[in-house]
Amino acid sequence: MQNADAFNPSLMREPKDSYLTNGYSIKSWLLTKDHKRIALMYLISISVFFFMGGLYAAAIRLELLTPGSDLLQSATYNKAFTQHGILMIFFFLIPSIPATLGNFLLPLMIGAKDLALPRINLLSLYLYWIGGILTLYALMQGGVDTGWTFYTPYSTTFSNSYVMAVGLGIFINGFSSILTGLNFIVTIHTMRAPGMTWFRLPLFVWAHYATSLVMILGTPVVAITILLLAIERVVRVGIFDPAIGGDPILFQHLFWFYSHPAVYIMILPGMGVISEVISNFSRKKIFGYEFIAFSSIAIAVFGFLVWGHHMFVSGQSIYAGLVFSFLTMVVAVPSAIKVFNWTATMYKGSISYDTPMLYAIGFLGLFLVGGLTGLFLGSVGLTVHLTDTYFVVAHFHYVMVGGQVIAYLAGIHYWWPKMTGKMYSEFWGKVSAMLVFVGFNLTFFPQFILGYQGMPRRYASYPAEFQVLNVFSTAGASVLGVGLVMPVVYLTHSIFAGKPAGDNPWMLPGLEWRCQSPPTTFNFEEQPVVTWEAYEFGEENGLDIEEARRSAGRPVTV
Amino acid sequence: MQTDSWIPLFPESASSFSWQVDALYFYLIAISVAFMIPIVAAIFWFIVRYREREKFATPEEIHGSIVLETVWSIIPFIISMTIFLGGAVVYYTQYRPPDDAMQVYVVGKQWMWKIQHETGQREINQLHVPVNTKVKLTMTTEDVLHDFSIPAFRTKADVVPGRYTYLWFEATKPGTYHLFCAEYCGLNHSGMIGSVVVLEQDDFERWLQGNASNQTPVEQGRDLFENKLGCASCHAAGSGQRGAALENIYGKEVKFVGGGSAIVDDEYLRNSILNPSSQVVEGYQPIMPTFKGQVTEEQLIALVAYIKSLSGVDASAAAPSAPAAPAPAPANNMGSNSNQGGR
Repeated sequence: MQNADAFNPSLMREPKDSYLTNGYSIKSWLLTKDHKRIALMYLISISVFFFMGGLYAAAIRLELLTPGSDLLQSATYNKAFTQHGILMIFFFLIPSIPATLGNFLLPLMIGAKDLALPRINLLSLYLYWIGGILTLYALMQGGVDTGWTFYTPYSTTFSNSYVMAVGLGIFINGFSSILTGLNFIVTIHTMRAPGMTWFRLPLFVWAHYATSLVMILGTPVVAITILLLAIERVVRVGIFDPAIGGDPILFQHLFWFYSHPAVYIMILPGMGVISEVISNFSRKKIFGYEFIAFSSIAIAVFGFLVWGHHMFVSGQSIYAGLVFSFLTMVVAVPSAIKVFNWTATMYKGSISYDTPMLYAIGFLGLFLVGGLTGLFLGSVGLTVHLTDTYFVVAHFHYVMVGGQVIAYLAGIHYWWPKMTGKMYSEFWGKVSAMLVFVGFNLTFFPQFILGYQGMPRRYASYPAEFQVLNVFSTAGASVLGVGLVMPVVYLTHSIFAGKPAGDNPWMLPGLEWRCQSPPTTFNFEEQPVVTWEAYEFGEENGLDIEEARRSAGRPVTV
Repeated sequence: MQTDSWIPLFPESASSFSWQVDALYFYLIAISVAFMIPIVAAIFWFIVRYREREKFATPEEIHGSIVLETVWSIIPFIISMTIFLGGAVVYYTQYRPPDDAMQVYVVGKQWMWKIQHETGQREINQLHVPVNTKVKLTMTTEDVLHDFSIPAFRTKADVVPGRYTYLWFEATKPGTYHLFCAEYCGLNHSGMIGSVVVLEQDDFERWLQGNASNQTPVEQGRDLFENKLGCASCHAAGSGQRGAALENIYGKEVKFVGGGSAIVDDEYLRNSILNPSSQVVEGYQPIMPTFKGQVTEEQLIALVAYIKSLSGVDASAAAPSAPAAPAPAPANNMGSNSNQGGR
């Protein structure tokens, strides 16, 4: 291949200043336009929010250890689950993969110097910070107790908590999301390297394209909804509260018109990560590339048509319920196609058991459970019984944590050597992957059974007959907690004491592995030209596998 | 209520359509297992059989297969349509109230259910219905969204301010079943629970007449307190307690919000039930609704007798004598001070 040399940085080359060493002042970080520095600042910020959301989760699980409300009173418990939801959804899950891994990798994967709109990228980070700080301020002042769904008229008329401040925080944060989506779409359209055609794009990029569509089209609706809520709460214009002439169901329609597609903002990038990890760690071209790519787009489009399945018992007409149930079944098909293709990719591969792959295999199992229980909830006659019970709680944690968070962890481990230039401890990585998988299932599987028994969500106290399964759940949560804290420790440790990873520790063909680790500020020394399809692992693709075997043996060491 | 169910950890099934919901549930479990087993088996087979044997190997490329893609798109679609149709049929049964049903009216309020029968009988946090009779609930709420949920009947519906929503069921087994508020409604959401009591037709007739049975006033009062009037949902000691603790208050002095005090005696207790806001004890909110018109004089007597028995006072004792030995204050997470003797 004529371009092989340009993309195969040899070990002889003097390392250039990386994006990390290009300036150490605080100003050089806060005013950076480098997508990699912005991604890193996002990574630290969302980790803080994830940790705080996790503390609320711990409080919730401890309270539910016993039937009575003894550790937390109802008032505190209601705030705990509300704030757990708000922090996790708006400030962790939605930005998690797009703003960190997406920000870092999109330009690398398509052979660009940066995102198309670097200043807009920095602005999105500042908006995220402003929204986040405003929300944290509201939480410190006393918090909010409406549930993350802000259902009216409770949120507009009855709640005496900091609804306005949190609403404003989410409103501002929404613009961060819109700007990120806009940036990605422009970048993917205009910044691809020569030869990087649409069907040579890594599936991670396709997934982010689909995600960005949802961000741009959906997020303004939630902004409008919050604005209307504010108008009603402050100036008492009757929009949602029937006491002053509004309609509370209208709020639910507007809210879920965004918040259901938001589920896909959360899971689609995770699916992109899993496509990358499974193909690369099986060293095998992904099975059914076009089907995975277009199923992402199909999910993004159909995701806008199913919001009513959150409202089957809310008093909408039964015919609306039937239509939304039908569409929900349709949107399940593209997800099934992805799972089949991921599984088929491993057939006759060369599968390594490195940490990212362990997480990805865990994802497959957990996402299967999450997806199949989604069918339970899409089947309208069954969901009349299951809505607002712990079955729903279990289902969306299987998708959001079992799916998205696991995919996020897979991605963080997979690209950690590229981001930091250091190798983490493979041993501890595997231990944490196992703990997370076991702890997660122990936490959330019992909740399916609780849900069918009828235990309602958002209960600070519950009838004693539900206690045994709740004890299982809390026990699992402590295992899960340990599993989630471990990566923070060994990944941080690796930055200072990890072995140098080299530019391409796994001998993978993606463009992001054909630049320095950590990359220089402008990523590539020369404009790369792409002459290969995605996921081709042979030596003819410019990968000096013999040399890598000779020199490294096994670069991944404990 | 889980004791006599045929599968452990499976809820009681006690309405005319609950078996349909259960059948749908088992159908979906069967489908899930049928999907999980081959996929998980394939994953395990592949990761063992095709594990990395040589570092950086280059296995043979396999491109997609249009046949396979078509097959695994169409089969899930067909199966999902069967799930949709099954759900639609059950939903149609659940959410289409029959015309010949017995009417009951439900009003939700933070945080209690107020129920009225067509015969005029009122209940709070409890619904008595006859077995094998279609019952239709017409529901609304005074404040925020609530949700009337009866897991044993496999049905629920949101209760929405400013409009009526409807729920119907036909109970098939006498018994007492959970009633939950399933839509988050604020502070004491998890305390907005009660029960649905399904009675044989004769017992229901008797209940309608207000004929409890041959109970002593204290037993009758306890029944009213714990079941019929729902006093216990606020006044029972322990978690979720929002009303005044009633243990060992008889014969003691209580202080009122805004000044004043009184010795707890029969007249005070009776007045507190009928006009609760006229004498709110310090440390509590004026949230108790009046029970005027909902309790008969006979029932009041029974209630007072029961509350006195909580202080160790014999129901027949005419006047407070020596107060009972001060028992340790019951667990009270509302931070109230009203159950202190104050002398």
